[in-house]
Amino acid sequence: MSYREAMRAAMREALQNDARVVLMGEDVGRYGGTYAFSKGFLAEFGSERILDTPLSELGFVGAGIGAALGGLRPIVEIMTVNFSLLALDQIVNTAALFRHMSGGQFSVPLVIRMATGAGRQLAAQHSHSFEGLYAHIPGIKVLAPATVQDARWMLAPALADPDPVVIFEHAGLFNLEGEVTEAPEWDIAHARVRRAGSDVALITYGGSLPKALEAAESLCRDGIEAEVLDLRVLRPLDEETLIASVRKCRRAVVIDENWRSGSLAAEIMARIMERAFYELDAPVARVASEEVPIPYPRHLEQAALPQPEKIIAAVKGLYA
Amino acid sequence: MIEFRLPALGADMEEGTLLEWKVKPGDVIRKGQVIAVVDTAKTAIDVEAWQEGIVHRLIAEPGQKMPVGAVMALLLAPGESPPTPEAGVAETGTTAAVAQEDARAEARRRISPAARRRAEALGVDLDTVVGTGPQGAVTLADVESAAHAHASRAADSHAQSMRAAIAAAMTRAKREIPHYYLCEEIPLAKALAWLTSHNAGRPLAERLLPASLLLKAVALALRRYPEFNGFFREGRFVSASQINPGVAITTPQGLLAPALFAADTKPLTVLNHELCELVARTRAGRLTDAELREATVTVSNLGDQGPQAAFAVIVPPQVAIIAFGRILERPWASEGRLEAIPTVMASLSADHRVSDGHRGGLLLREIAENLQHPEEMEA
Repeated sequence: MSYREAMRAAMREALQNDARVVLMGEDVGRYGGTYAFSKGFLAEFGSERILDTPLSELGFVGAGIGAALGGLRPIVEIMTVNFSLLALDQIVNTAALFRHMSGGQFSVPLVIRMATGAGRQLAAQHSHSFEGLYAHIPGIKVLAPATVQDARWMLAPALADPDPVVIFEHAGLFNLEGEVTEAPEWDIAHARVRRAGSDVALITYGGSLPKALEAAESLCRDGIEAEVLDLRVLRPLDEETLIASVRKCRRAVVIDENWRSGSLAAEIMARIMERAFYELDAPVARVASEEVPIPYPRHLEQAALPQPEKIIAAVKGLYA
Repeated sequence: MIEFRLPALGADMEEGTLLEWKVKPGDVIRKGQVIAVVDTAKTAIDVEAWQEGIVHRLIAEPGQKMPVGAVMALLLAPGESPPTPEAGVAETGTTAAVAQEDARAEARRRISPAARRRAEALGVDLDTVVGTGPQGAVTLADVESAAHAHASRAADSHAQSMRAAIAAAMTRAKREIPHYYLCEEIPLAKALAWLTSHNAGRPLAERLLPASLLLKAVALALRRYPEFNGFFREGRFVSASQINPGVAITTPQGLLAPALFAADTKPLTVLNHELCELVARTRAGRLTDAELREATVTVSNLGDQGPQAAFAVIVPPQVAIIAFGRILERPWASEGRLEAIPTVMASLSADHRVSDGHRGGLLLREIAENLQHPEEMEA
């Protein structure tokens, strides 16, 4: 099964199992979804549950919040994370705050899905990564499925959550093929070790996971056993699993497609300093995106992003 | 101000290496408190304080080798106040000290936090560790390999110096002491039967060992034959006021025979416990100074894996050593009947300058007799 198929299966299952689930967003109905995630849904579930919205993120995210408050379980799809900035007021000032501002009387059981990340030559306005920005905000949960299995099984618990959940789907993963189990294996609270190792912890999430795994395989041939930790949940961070990996390996490299300054990687490094400073055998390193708008030309775009070679160089820098 | 000096922790000791301090500046110490552990050629010894006071300054550093009499620490006598540095010196020193501090900060070696912590735990001096990390940083692996190298070097040199100490003592014994040797086969049927019934139903830790029984039998016999318990020094023998048999114990580095104090006065259960504990501490290299110096005679029990009989070399300045071989079932004739019973070969090596074979034979007979009445040795 591909990542795309897994996400489609997850949404279809949600729509079949719960009449309160609706899908809304740009081109989700007649076009079948920008990435074909909802192909055939309009015919199967009808126009009352599959809603093509105008090109107004502020408007339709607000509508989704209203629907959630009214008792539905909406899935709102935003085409890319860049466009979600138009809806930031609804997400940050309304969805994330409603439980607090209403003294616990209302919650917003809303799921917002959005594509993120670069690598497909879509230029700066369609290629950025703002996971760190959303992970900054109390009141929402932030998920980053990086495997086909997680694409298949993270949506249902997100819909079951009484508070807003934002799911980041890295566009570079959509054609990824992988195994899917019959039932969910993991909750949406924990990070997961994708490759066990003993020498250095490669801490990452989302679209950088395959790159970290590729780097780990290469490092293994050079005698360095890298552990690859997939954070999966970016807010709240599973600090215990993170710190356990660092304690075990004593070296860590954080790989994050966000820009370096003020990134999620910076937060993870800070947590390591707080909890595992005396366990470290080298400074914590990171591989992040270059601090430029993601370029359009392929060679420049690739050069701006974390790559296996950069991860390998960062790891080797901890040794000599 | 009291100068605490390295004491002589054995007759032949000329120097020692400080292994660790058990106190730090500011600690109040009592008389008799263990304040440091010092490695001599033989073993690590706890050094006790002879005065009360407050630790003012530790002068010796762990790892430092010193001659006997070297000042190891300065103590303040009870009530004494610490000396104040002269005001003028402190003032002029300030700017220089700041500049020095800056220079040091710049030149601070790169040592990873994990390496620094492990070095502290292992007692590794980071100045001696070569860093192999980025920009010469000392890593955890560097500390561990340095500790490993240091330990194997120390073990080698410790084993060598212990071998040298044994060589010196044994050469002196064979050169100076005119040994004579006697042997007696002792029936143990009654003693072992008594042990078996005594141990029945007791947990493993409380069961009496045959070695404890043999040791008690020797200690009691020595009460009547004091010329085998004491020291021959400067041409004459002085018998010891207490019976402290040194128990021969094998360690990876060589043989040691620390004392079990007043063994004749202790109930068997106490003696048994102290023996087990002494063996454990000897193997761990943690004996007290007195245990190494104050044995008045030696008992060597060669045990289950040993030979049938042994004739041992006296440890100077002692004058006798009693050795037991392996307990075996042997044919035994008594009252016209032959039977198979467990027996042990006991030998006495004694100093002919101090005693004669007749008395030595009586001592062995007394030991044999004691072992026929095990119940009487219990208390």
